[in-house]
Amino acid sequence: MFGMDVAHSCASGMNGLRAAGDLVARLQMAKGMRITQAKRYVADRLGVTPLDLSDNTAMHELRGELRLGRVFETESSYYADPSPLEAKWHIAELLELPINSVERFRAGLSCAGPAAPATAKDRP
Amino acid sequence: MERQVLARMGDGSLVATTRDQIRADLEEGTQAAAARGKMAPLAADELDHLLDIYASSARFTGVDIGAEVVLSKDGSGTPQLGSRIDALYACEQVLAHDTVELFHIDYSYKAVKTIVPFEQQFMKEAQERLTVPVHYGAQPDLGRYSAPDGPCGNWSELLPALKIDEARAAQEEAVALAVDDMVYVAESLWEAGADGLNFDTAGAAGDADFLATLRAVETLRARHSEMGIMVGMAAEMVLGTHGRLEYRGTRLAGLKPAGQLAVVAQAGATVFGPAVNTVTTRSVAWNSARALTFVKPCMAAATIPIHMNVGMGVGGMPMHAFAPVDAVSRASRACVDILRLDGL
Repeated sequence: MFGMDVAHSCASGMNGLRAAGDLVARLQMAKGMRITQAKRYVADRLGVTPLDLSDNTAMHELRGELRLGRVFETESSYYADPSPLEAKWHIAELLELPINSVERFRAGLSCAGPAAPATAKDRP
Repeated sequence: MERQVLARMGDGSLVATTRDQIRADLEEGTQAAAARGKMAPLAADELDHLLDIYASSARFTGVDIGAEVVLSKDGSGTPQLGSRIDALYACEQVLAHDTVELFHIDYSYKAVKTIVPFEQQFMKEAQERLTVPVHYGAQPDLGRYSAPDGPCGNWSELLPALKIDEARAAQEEAVALAVDDMVYVAESLWEAGADGLNFDTAGAAGDADFLATLRAVETLRARHSEMGIMVGMAAEMVLGTHGRLEYRGTRLAGLKPAGQLAVVAQAGATVFGPAVNTVTTRSVAWNSARALTFVKPCMAAATIPIHMNVGMGVGGMPMHAFAPVDAVSRASRACVDILRLDGL
């Protein structure tokens, strides 16, 4: 795992939750978007440039502000950050992209009243 | 006397060589693929760039800042990281994977079918603990449907006995069973919240194995428009163990990566993973040039993302379970720099 996974991540990866690799990956897998198109789409939604998407120093703060979930380490305490399902709910809104687990979580809410808006633009 | 450079062989062993020898290996590797695949070799400037990568004395290398790509990881986790869910979580939080993949050690859709409720439970828990996409992956593994493991005739025994019609009939019977199993497992994991499905090493048992995968993907796409579907191949050429099978008018036997991509996209997959196997007796430079030559025709034709397989024994990587980082980082960079891939 050290030789394969870590080396690939460091040599050419977008570094997932440390930056914005998971967001770009979602568009590729769900929509079949090529890398340039997917990076541009995510960058536009975040209000940054495609270059920023792999920059963990830029993305760590932004993910915290937008409540998209982020990594934590011993020196940090992010107890008020969203849970994974909350974070994915926000990601689905940001990208206007249905996320399977979020849709199923939403459908299972028994006392939530009216269904939550599907996208950010649907919010009052 | 020319300065010596350390380089890897396809089996992972470290050898002393020279820059001139690496250049010769790169040229031979691309010519080997061009001859076998009837395709254009890499251009001179591409070979020059590969030479700089593979003749470097640096322990590690990487793509330019800003040129990073998505890494879709099959079979995520390792026993040292705890439970399967703990391992996925560590892959997200510690190893910075762009995606992770829940998998069973018996990496076969047929095997998983018997335990699918338990895999669903793991998927549900994984979705509650992780933010990055969690896929589910296994192999089509058509050989499992032949005797003595399965109900169909064994075409590996029938073919040498020259029982060609019987061997073809057995494979056709196996295709129908495999499609049902793959669709059943995929829909079960989708129901549990999976972000996507991975059909890994498609075509490993030949053209019938590949046809089963394509039919499963086609069925899933018709039923689930939002489902992420990745098809990763087993080899650079689809073996004609049947020989006559077609998908929408395309004969599957003998398809190379660009042809494989075309039918995978037609079936409705969202990501395609070409695979080119490593020759262990040649250098990784030779293997990298050969692999890139095979995959290059995909890039201009692609309408879906290309995530080239660059794991153990494929994509210019050594055939070794514990890959050296110098070889991994070189292959990783070479693929992205030369092909402008969408991911690995």
